[in-house]
Amino acid sequence: MKHIKTVNKPSMQSTLMTGGCGECQASCQSACKTSCTVGNQPCASRK
Amino acid sequence: MKEAMKSRIHLYEQCGHYVLVDVNSGAVHLIDRMIYDIMDIFDGTNDERVKQELAGKYEEAELDEALGELKELIDEKLLFAPDIEVPPTFKQKGVVKSLCLMVAQDCNMRCKYCFGDGGSYGQERAVMSPEVGKAAVDFLLKNAGLRKHFEIDFFGGEPLMNMKTVKAVTNYVHQKEKELNVHFKLTMTTNGLLLNEENRTWLNDNNLSLVLSTDGRKDVHDRMRPDAGGQGTYDRVMKNFKAMVDSRNGENYYMRGTYTKHNLDFTKDVLDMNDKGFDILSVEPVVAKDAPDYALTDAELPRIYEEYDRLTEAYMKRRREGRGFFFFHFNMDLSNGPCIAKRLAGCGSGHEYYAVSENGDLYPCHQFVGRGKYKLGDVFNGVNHPEVSQYFRESHVLNKPKCRDCWARFFCSGGCHANADLFNGDIREPWDTGCSIQRKRLESAILVQALMHEEGLSNDNEQA
Repeated sequence: MKHIKTVNKPSMQSTLMTGGCGECQASCQSACKTSCTVGNQPCASRK
Repeated sequence: MKEAMKSRIHLYEQCGHYVLVDVNSGAVHLIDRMIYDIMDIFDGTNDERVKQELAGKYEEAELDEALGELKELIDEKLLFAPDIEVPPTFKQKGVVKSLCLMVAQDCNMRCKYCFGDGGSYGQERAVMSPEVGKAAVDFLLKNAGLRKHFEIDFFGGEPLMNMKTVKAVTNYVHQKEKELNVHFKLTMTTNGLLLNEENRTWLNDNNLSLVLSTDGRKDVHDRMRPDAGGQGTYDRVMKNFKAMVDSRNGENYYMRGTYTKHNLDFTKDVLDMNDKGFDILSVEPVVAKDAPDYALTDAELPRIYEEYDRLTEAYMKRRREGRGFFFFHFNMDLSNGPCIAKRLAGCGSGHEYYAVSENGDLYPCHQFVGRGKYKLGDVFNGVNHPEVSQYFRESHVLNKPKCRDCWARFFCSGGCHANADLFNGDIREPWDTGCSIQRKRLESAILVQALMHEEGLSNDNEQA
């Protein structure tokens, strides 16, 4: 494409039916820990 | 643009780049100025209106070409992807997977922004016994369902003030790992004052991940992080941190700091940490109410936004020069991020994650310790307020009015419950200033990842 560069192959929609195993790391969102916003976590089962 | 479509995308300009995020698919597009202008109007169907409104600015043929590209994205479900509702993979009840153990509700520092009242959390200073610590592990395992991976964070106060319990719990965990074929990740968050050689060796031998607290430059750190006697701590902790990190080959740690109104130029603090030889870094906004000298308010937002632009540029500069560092909030896997169930569960506080106070009481997280109405039970008898736990479980972005239409909803998962409670007395009403900072930080992270992808730069640290 000339005007758009898509930079990722997102998987979010495909996880609607397949996710939820819960084996991933907890993700604190406060400012007192190394607080992972959920979005910057890798998926533990697809790593 | 129709409101419904507006909440499905996010459009922004940062550091000279134009970015389009498709909220429900997670697709990120680097776009040119024309697409940026079009997307301010385009809702997927109103081509003619786009062409009318932009007729004086762009040639019709160019607009047709650009609209064609956007239609391709729609066909590929990378633009205006359908709204997401709670999927069946989001289980009705949470299963416990992580604990924060307040092994010492006491501290040898008196950080001015401490939410734990100098480590005591508004209670008497006390340390956790090994018995309470082991009962916490039992509570976790009993309520963990079929899960195999767990986390325990030794927290405080200052956890190194109670190594007796840290060691007892760690040994117990290792015993349980063998018995039950499960795996625990153990972390410790420390201020570093007691990181002597004996502790360093033990922490390495037992593979504890470390979160090392410092605020960056010496004057910034010493101003907010004095010891119990009021003296600055920078020189002592940095010497210990250096020895600690060197002793583990520069791995398995995070150096983290807090910025306040006193150091809105926090890029300098991040770079100072890096210049001192550390390259796995995090610096985050202070959360404080009624602290006019250092708390962050909406008045600081323009300056904070400017600083994240500066940090983004500094981060990319060092990456391009082959001397990159990790900045925690800029690490983001745009293609293989968490599933929707996880994005709804968020931090899991109160349903997947609990804090255990020194006497064994259970709270939704470490920040709630001492807030009486949030005491959910104890490690010996389990959760005795399941309705509160369930309320936390159901307090996800799709149930928070402010979050439902926010573009960042699946990146931040609704923010921190403890902060929402602190500022608004309701875990479903997020702290607005924090949300504004969060959105800017996410924009920065998304741009960083997009540029890294475009420029073929690795997310690994060159020096790590």
